[in-house]
Amino acid sequence: MFNFLNIGNFFVLLNKVSKSIKIIFVPVIIISLVFALYLSPKDYIQGDTVRIMYVHVPSSWIALGCFSSISFLIILNFIFKIKNALIIFKSLAPIGLSFCLISIVTGSIWGQPTWGTFWAWDARLTSMLVLLFFYLLIIFSYKFIKDQNFSSKICAVISVFGLINLFIVKYSVDFWSTLHQPASVNIFGETSVHKSMLLPLSFMLLGFLLYCALIFLMKYRTEIIRMKKKGLKRL
Amino acid sequence: MLNKKTKNKSFIFFLFSLLLIIAVASSLKVLDDNVLYFFSPTEIKEKSNLNLNQKIRIGGMVKNQSIIVNNNEIKFIVTDFKNEIIVTYRGTVPNLFAEGKGVVAEGKLQDKKYFVAKRILAKHDENYMPPKNKKKLNDK
Repeated sequence: MFNFLNIGNFFVLLNKVSKSIKIIFVPVIIISLVFALYLSPKDYIQGDTVRIMYVHVPSSWIALGCFSSISFLIILNFIFKIKNALIIFKSLAPIGLSFCLISIVTGSIWGQPTWGTFWAWDARLTSMLVLLFFYLLIIFSYKFIKDQNFSSKICAVISVFGLINLFIVKYSVDFWSTLHQPASVNIFGETSVHKSMLLPLSFMLLGFLLYCALIFLMKYRTEIIRMKKKGLKRL
Repeated sequence: MLNKKTKNKSFIFFLFSLLLIIAVASSLKVLDDNVLYFFSPTEIKEKSNLNLNQKIRIGGMVKNQSIIVNNNEIKFIVTDFKNEIIVTYRGTVPNLFAEGKGVVAEGKLQDKKYFVAKRILAKHDENYMPPKNKKKLNDK
């Protein structure tokens, strides 16, 4: 049924994809950094501070996207017992965690000059911190619980909680009054970021995604090698 | 296609997530006011159990041409275009604090129309554009 998730077909592709990503990643990240930090215009009110957006916004998106795919994979693994989903989410989780951390840290650095405070306990910021804790919980529960069945159950429970929290993160700025501004970039609605700033933003997103893919493929390979070395859990 | 165990598992899973969603939704409903970071002037006006000694946050727009700087005290009007609150504050304000922009003030209410702030935070909106475009918009 899930033939495309089979390890055998996957592993052959890995090296090729990984190599080609390595080639395009460096130029893309250099171009997008030059675009974002130097060529893009200042904001009409925030001035140069707006450049933090080019790191903050893509990393938040990646943190959210990563968590949703992790929870999806965990639930898939829980119901259908797909081993490969387990390895994929294991190699995705640290990426999501680091980008979540980057998003929170850059956000608080951005908050000091604009809002006047590093941290505020408003709904968006708090739920983002909770997301960080969910990442930690998931990583801990697969690292420290030896029994595989039990740990997959625990992970499934955590991921359902996390998905609800994800929903809260996304819509907190619309439901309640928060210090954090509402979303600027909307797929279905109007985007309130000017074109000259949207272009470097999407370039940065592309660069970050490539970086994610690179790290993911490396981690995925080590996970597979680790499993083969153990020799106990056959795929 | 699905065996019995998988069916059972997915059933348990959906039941569990449904219960959880209901639980979280209802607890957020109970929390209600505590989830709000600040109150708007209209919400302050409609609030019945107002404790004047409690530290609260109010937020809204700084009314145009309402900022009066007097020695080191600053006085301005916070509005949500329906109701207004007069705010006084001693100290420095953040860079983005300006007329016509969002603001959050932390402090105590003297009464429903008068607020003494201990801390001012600027709230910025979701619009990003280069300065030239802002000029163009203003000229129109």
